[in-house]
Amino acid sequence: MATPLDPHAAIVTHAAGQGAAAEARPNAQGVLLTTADGQPLARALTRSRRRARRQAFLLVLPLLAFVLITFVVPIGQMLQRSAKNPGFSDNMPQVSAWFDENPRGAVPDEAAFAALAADMAAAAEARTVGIVGTRINYELPGTRSLFTSTGRKVARGIEPPHREALLEMDPRWADEELWTAMRNASTPYTSSFYLAALDRTRDSAGDVARVPENRQVYVMLFQRTLWLSLLITGLTFVLGFPVAHLLATLPMRRSNLLMILVLLPFWTSLLVRTTAWIVLLQQQGVVNDALVWLGLIGEQGRLQMIYNQTGTIIAMTHILLPFMILPLYSVMRTINPSYVRAARSLGATSWTAFRRIYFPQTLPGLGAGALLVFILAVGYYITPALVGGSSGQLISNMIAMHMTETLNWSMAAALAALLLAGVLILYWLYDRLVGIDNLKLG
Amino acid sequence: MALPTYATPLERAWHWAYLAICTAIFVFLIAPILVIIPLSFNAEPYFTFTDRMLALDPDGYSMRWYDSLLTFGMTRPDAPRDAAWWADVWANAKWVNAAKNSLIIGLFSTILATVLGTLAALGLARPEMPFRRAIMAVLISPMIVPIIITATGMFFFYSNPCEALTWIGLSPQCGRLAGTYLGVILAHATLGIPFVIITVTATLVGFDQSLSRAAASLGANPRTTFFRIIMPLILPGIISGALFAFVTSFDEVVAVLFIAGPDQQTIPRQMWNGIREQISPAILAVATLLVIFSITLLTTVELLRRRGERLRGVTPR
Repeated sequence: MATPLDPHAAIVTHAAGQGAAAEARPNAQGVLLTTADGQPLARALTRSRRRARRQAFLLVLPLLAFVLITFVVPIGQMLQRSAKNPGFSDNMPQVSAWFDENPRGAVPDEAAFAALAADMAAAAEARTVGIVGTRINYELPGTRSLFTSTGRKVARGIEPPHREALLEMDPRWADEELWTAMRNASTPYTSSFYLAALDRTRDSAGDVARVPENRQVYVMLFQRTLWLSLLITGLTFVLGFPVAHLLATLPMRRSNLLMILVLLPFWTSLLVRTTAWIVLLQQQGVVNDALVWLGLIGEQGRLQMIYNQTGTIIAMTHILLPFMILPLYSVMRTINPSYVRAARSLGATSWTAFRRIYFPQTLPGLGAGALLVFILAVGYYITPALVGGSSGQLISNMIAMHMTETLNWSMAAALAALLLAGVLILYWLYDRLVGIDNLKLG
Repeated sequence: MALPTYATPLERAWHWAYLAICTAIFVFLIAPILVIIPLSFNAEPYFTFTDRMLALDPDGYSMRWYDSLLTFGMTRPDAPRDAAWWADVWANAKWVNAAKNSLIIGLFSTILATVLGTLAALGLARPEMPFRRAIMAVLISPMIVPIIITATGMFFFYSNPCEALTWIGLSPQCGRLAGTYLGVILAHATLGIPFVIITVTATLVGFDQSLSRAAASLGANPRTTFFRIIMPLILPGIISGALFAFVTSFDEVVAVLFIAGPDQQTIPRQMWNGIREQISPAILAVATLLVIFSITLLTTVELLRRRGERLRGVTPR
């Protein structure tokens, strides 16, 4: 946009001397360039450039503010929850203070039990004992009822010595593990949810240790998510490469026609495609019927292809395949076929020509497609939730479960933070290798 | 891709095998979508082709599942089909209400995403734009960040939008956005923005900046330049970005599950419930309608793309 200060619009060279500003630098010949209205050119240029920068930035600003407020801040808030859970420390101030004063490994004395009794009585009165119990329950499952029942009893009155009185109410109060759990929860900011997300916990000595075998789930889920995403990326590559190659080498008219077969699934609702796979792969579904009809399997031997890992893999491969084909195709389109012909004429077999000449040229498209598919697969939620059964659930489904069923929001946030960190690293890698500008749709 | 005349028999065999493999992959891509269409006309409540359907017996097919889309949730589905019946459909049928909600939410979130996104794309396309790469990365991230993480963050944010202000020492009270149309619209606009940015910046790459300079030198102010010169040229990109944003909203279920209230029942949410609870061929009827809808959209985008190329002087090969 031209403005009065636009250097292209009005540049006149004046001899130096009249009205030159102190900071204006003369050029090699000692002549100061100025604009028509007598301003030094350097300053006018800087000003007009600054103005253009400001204009460009002002155009972006509304959207940037919108995305920051409705997207970045909410995610930041959520991440805060992963490290902050004041459920115990806010409602049990005296016990928390006792934990502050006494080092790890200190045996809870009468003062600790007195503080516990006082806090429990106060929490029972304020009806927050459930919150406290829930918080400790995250650290040590099965303890919520201990807090609520003891809270009721303490509220009716408790006589010193507090230790004996509490142990009489429930002998579990002497449990060392319970006191470790309470110590872990006694500060509002905690790493215990991140530790739990890695199947770790802090033991009585304060060292990081693995949780018991029967409670180890998250590491396995992360591994499964990684493994399935890798497998799906590999499958989309195996299926996508020949199709992209065919589309890129056919004449434009015919490849445009075939392209519709790729774009239609791309544009079709995710839920529709997932539903379609449920319909096809059910035990009484079309694929099993066809196999029985062909005599490949017996009526009794119908395959279980859905509501398990197989279902997740098939449906996700189908859904993510266009994301591999489209970048591969756009790179293959630009490959000059004469290189392969040259290789052949120099005596290479078709396999060698493909391996040494053609394939290396497709690597940018392959990298773009594979990264995109992998990024999308790692965070997939809907399809595994609908067709995954129990063996096909991914880490996203665990986050959703903590959000909607167990209501352990801090745990959900910690898992989400770990997943997000992984995705952002991949995203950064994608930007470095491919460039976000090169992201194309359809 | 014809075979050269000097191809060896092995190469010939491989060529045909390759074509067969490609055909199989195309079948894999398209068959699931095509199979549900005839199945949605099944007269029986099954998800497979009955013998009567395979024999092309007209009795094997019916419109009952499409009919059930209208009657499900009605107060008097069996009444004679007069004006009162249709009024009942319009007011009470669950799928009809879901469609209404989806359209309203999709429309407004698309408008929001398109207006903000186009403005930003114009800024991002300027060579002077500072921090271009970083800002672009932030604006595209709603597409990359797993939807469950976005939805989780939004769940907390929309329950109490002012909570974030406690970071700077304030603790104001403001209304909930969760469970309101506005909340869902804002959330869907956020999710649709990356698509608008990508398509519009892609169109602007081929845009000749000297056209807007020419307009300016002929005396047009920036607004006139935009509406008379830039906008007509990049309109195809804007419209296809808007369509992408609309489809994103129209297909979105996770954010809706997390932040919408019972009033904001959309088509995907209704489908989600249907698939999780008791899947019936009515779902297939909806799916078929949605496939037809996406074919329409795909055609529109393709036509727009060609028009855009013609306008910008890119000759199709």
